[in-house]
Amino acid sequence: MVSLKDVHKSFGNLKVLNGITFDVMKGEVVCVIGPSGSGKSTLIRCINALNPIDKGSIKVEGMEVHAPKVDKLQLRRKVGMVFQQYNLFPHKTAIQNVMMAPIHVLKQDKVEVEARARRLIKKVHLEGKEDSYPGELSGGQQQRVAIARSLAMNPEVMLFDEVTAALDPETVKEVLLTIRELAEDGMTCILVTHEMGFARELANHIYFTDRGVIVEHGPPKTFFTEAKDARTKEFLSQIL
Amino acid sequence: MAKLPGIDGRASTDLPVLNPLPRHFAASAVHKCGPDWYRLELRPWHGWLLLAAFVMVAAVAEAQSSAPLDRSPLATLYRWIPFIVWQNGNGFVLNLTISFFAMAIGTVLGAILGLLRVSLYMPVRGGSWFVTQFFRNSPWLVLLFCIMLLMPYEMSIGGKLVRIPDWMKAVIGFSLPIMANIAEIVRGAVQSIPTGQWESAESLAFSRRQTMWMIIFPQCIKRMIPPWMNWYAILTMSTPVASVLGVEESVYLAAQAMVAEDSRPELLGPFYGFLLVIFFLYCYPIAKWTMHLERKFEVNG
Repeated sequence: MVSLKDVHKSFGNLKVLNGITFDVMKGEVVCVIGPSGSGKSTLIRCINALNPIDKGSIKVEGMEVHAPKVDKLQLRRKVGMVFQQYNLFPHKTAIQNVMMAPIHVLKQDKVEVEARARRLIKKVHLEGKEDSYPGELSGGQQQRVAIARSLAMNPEVMLFDEVTAALDPETVKEVLLTIRELAEDGMTCILVTHEMGFARELANHIYFTDRGVIVEHGPPKTFFTEAKDARTKEFLSQIL
Repeated sequence: MAKLPGIDGRASTDLPVLNPLPRHFAASAVHKCGPDWYRLELRPWHGWLLLAAFVMVAAVAEAQSSAPLDRSPLATLYRWIPFIVWQNGNGFVLNLTISFFAMAIGTVLGAILGLLRVSLYMPVRGGSWFVTQFFRNSPWLVLLFCIMLLMPYEMSIGGKLVRIPDWMKAVIGFSLPIMANIAEIVRGAVQSIPTGQWESAESLAFSRRQTMWMIIFPQCIKRMIPPWMNWYAILTMSTPVASVLGVEESVYLAAQAMVAEDSRPELLGPFYGFLLVIFFLYCYPIAKWTMHLERKFEVNG
């Protein structure tokens, strides 16, 4: 479904991605972990064409993301993204946030979109908050609205860029529950996260990146207990 | 000045906790670091001072005048007030008319220019930058001269010769620097929207135009209102500059009135003092409302 081959990216002189290669199958939940500055966020953003890459190829459902004439709008209808800073539109209510993209981008019928939006808001356990503005919602609630908003576009892959990093532990649980339900429904998810517990429970595959390369990877069963590389062991020992 | 316990006086508790800073400390800090240093901070005491100055000058003039009572400076001023303020739609009313139209035209053109400034195409950005900087940094009087003396006094529109009155040329002359300053406000507002908004709009497959009109620009409007109103007040106070070019607004008519009254020197104080007072009376509510809106929008950000 998503395949990266030998992806390189630099910001000026700083080499951020140094030959990343991996594949994500349909329905898989993949977690990318690693220290700050290892290129995790950049990697996710490159999959969504928010950052261009210098070398290599990223394919989403056969579509080459960084081809010169790629239809970015077509790509982004397949790939949904949720950010660390929620990035909700502050001048619209929660339900308007969720409805905006399907109405104006997909040109779907307003009544249908509204019904669907209400279902999605219910799905993320936020009934009753449809008409609140983002400023009136807590961080966890805003993040769940952001997830609902991305889901409204019916993507095939969901990207999560450290979505719980700005939240307190209680609200982290709420958001992770939502993502868990999503994963159990069969959505392909690529998460950049520091939540090891979540990764251990839910991920099909874990990739550890450091300084722009994938140092080690494996299913959670073996990854956490039988880490081979010294760098991986060092990282895991600090957080587990 | 509020007193901080523990610093300016005795601490009321032994815990190292200060009360939150009083509003005016934080507010004034933001004020001084604000992007628009042409801030017009009119206060009531300015008005009282002007009124007091006017009264004093008028009193002295009255005392010194040797004319009979009905020709005293204040009585003369009182007779001429209708002429100076609204004679045939000229006078002070003309100042307000010029400021209204110049602001309207300047705002529309400035919004366009400001949006061009954030275009994806380099030549468009560069051209817009040049136009903005040119009109921002040109003296308003010189621009006014150029427009008023270079524009024809009549144009043929649809086969008919239409006379363009002086005040319309003044409107165009004033709208140019206003356009440039509004463009800067618009550009600043667009660039102050966090990049996360652009990115999340992109991720939802909005086109650039949709992003700009449905997501970015609505958020900008709130931020643009205080500096916009500030420029309106500045513009209104600059309209007397047009009197140099013969536009019959209040300063010009006041000068004419004084000439009609034999140019007696004791009239200068009362007449010009009166002009200061009416301009203040018009601009102060605007400035006050601007400050109120700034405070209101500050907290939300």
